Amino acid sequence: MKYGDNVDTDVIIPARYLNTSVRSALAAHCMEDIDPTFTQRVEAGNIMVAGQNFGCGSSREHAPIAIQASGISLVIAGSFARIFYRNAINIGLPIVECPSAAAEISEGDRIEADLDAGRIVNKTTGKEYRTEPFPAFIQNIIANGGLMQSLLNENDAAQIMK
Amino acid sequence: MGMTMTQKILAAHAGLDSVSAGQLILASLDRLLGNDITAPVAIREYEKLGGRPVFDRDRITMVLDHFVPNKDIKAAEQCAVCREFCHAQQITHFYDVGRMGIEHALLPEQGLVTAGDLVIGADSHTCTYGAVGAFSTGVGSTDLAFGMATGKAWLKVPSAIRFVLRGTLQPYVSGKDVILHIIGRIGVDGARYRSMEFCGEGVGALTMSDRFTIANMAIEAGAKNGIFEADDRTLAYLRAHHAETPRVFRADDDAEYDETIEIDLSAIPPTVAFPHLPENTRTFAEIGEIPIDQVVIGSCTNGRLEDLRAAAEILKGRKCAKNVRVIVIPATQQIYLDAMREGLLEIFIESGAVVSTPTCGPCLGGYMGILAKGERAVATTNRNFVGRMGHPESEVYLASPAVAAASAVTGRLSSPQEVMHSEI
Repeated sequence: MKYGDNVDTDVIIPARYLNTSVRSALAAHCMEDIDPTFTQRVEAGNIMVAGQNFGCGSSREHAPIAIQASGISLVIAGSFARIFYRNAINIGLPIVECPSAAAEISEGDRIEADLDAGRIVNKTTGKEYRTEPFPAFIQNIIANGGLMQSLLNENDAAQIMK
Repeated sequence: MGMTMTQKILAAHAGLDSVSAGQLILASLDRLLGNDITAPVAIREYEKLGGRPVFDRDRITMVLDHFVPNKDIKAAEQCAVCREFCHAQQITHFYDVGRMGIEHALLPEQGLVTAGDLVIGADSHTCTYGAVGAFSTGVGSTDLAFGMATGKAWLKVPSAIRFVLRGTLQPYVSGKDVILHIIGRIGVDGARYRSMEFCGEGVGALTMSDRFTIANMAIEAGAKNGIFEADDRTLAYLRAHHAETPRVFRADDDAEYDETIEIDLSAIPPTVAFPHLPENTRTFAEIGEIPIDQVVIGSCTNGRLEDLRAAAEILKGRKCAKNVRVIVIPATQQIYLDAMREGLLEIFIESGAVVSTPTCGPCLGGYMGILAKGERAVATTNRNFVGRMGHPESEVYLASPAVAAASAVTGRLSSPQEVMHSEI
């Protein structure tokens, strides 16, 4: 699943479908306006790869939710728009910035990624890429399974409300 | 090392003497915002905490504005979720049909934002309030839920680009042309993750309306926020709208900026962004014959009274072209009332336009003016992405209210000068 630069949240999930926030209903229209075959092709565990400024435009959290609910296990992009970036972290959708991997991975390649170790391996070409690990603060959100879950963790909640 | 305006506001809200670019902070919030699209997701997240009261019912603002008056049953149910939540939590600033307006026009009008505030909103155009000297940024629904529970948000301190404005705008040129010009220069990710700080003697000549429009579209350059230093005009605006006591933050003389860009306001002509990115800007010297089907004048970008006046000046005594549907949307009930009292609505209706109740509707392809396959619209809105206003094969041209009104008259993309220099 590979796309170009400036993929905006309006094409990830068009506003005409934002009259609901049901996850499966959002997944049913994911990427529809730039890739009408996406929903038929996508399988659980697939990786999405894109160029620069992925997720620009509207702040709709429905966009990373639609991608997550489609079964995508990781988004690799050259760069992410900032609201999409924080939304993905907050809901626990794994994402990583890696311009070289984003540029070189081809549709259909088999990818293995270990974000904690900062490593992406293209099993098809054998090429390995290094990625920047998240700061501890963000790793903690991810470890908790999302931002709201960190409030249910007593130690973290106490730290936040300090 | 000195701090930018934005960094000073963030430091003050994180209880720190200083912050630097790249630092992660947990900041206290003065104002939070949700709407009928983003709040239902936030409420679902919030309920994971087991129905606890919000941190401060006076600091949360909920505005039903995107798909209201309800466009369909699903939209109605999303609004019902918001309404029930606000009732149960006794949210002070809840705006439903009859009181609501487009959120980013409504909050400043109601005095709910002031200089020095830290505001987050689950809507990307929350950056609008930088016009009054606030740090204000769009976030997602989960951030809103977290903020409602804690009164806080995690933020990465941004670096900044400084825009030094000089000169004054030419006739029929407004804040919309300025921000389209800037996005055309730096691109849709030209300010990604960064602040856009506007300063220089040219700022003083910009109306508050121009500043709201410019700050509103900072997100279209990928920015975290756009901000103007508060001046006498800002303070007068805040007083008139009974906002809380302003706190004016100025950038340090030795603040570090990634880049400084000089903008000569007097050299900016009417500017249009062609499909399908706001950075695809052109001026009329580069624009040929582009026939259009629809004009939309409104939105959080350009639905204020000054915008309606600019459109009415051109439409007065003229008729909209026969083949063009012209939709005018005052952004709030107050603007609607003021426009009625000034006679602007009469001008619109006599020209052949329709006037709608406040709604975000067509801007995001929700309702109230959806485009068919192959149709083109000139719109004063903020995005022209594929399918933004309807069919994926329709087109949106972003422009000022003056350009939109001129195009309504000719039935093709036209400059205000062309129309105003011809006989009525």
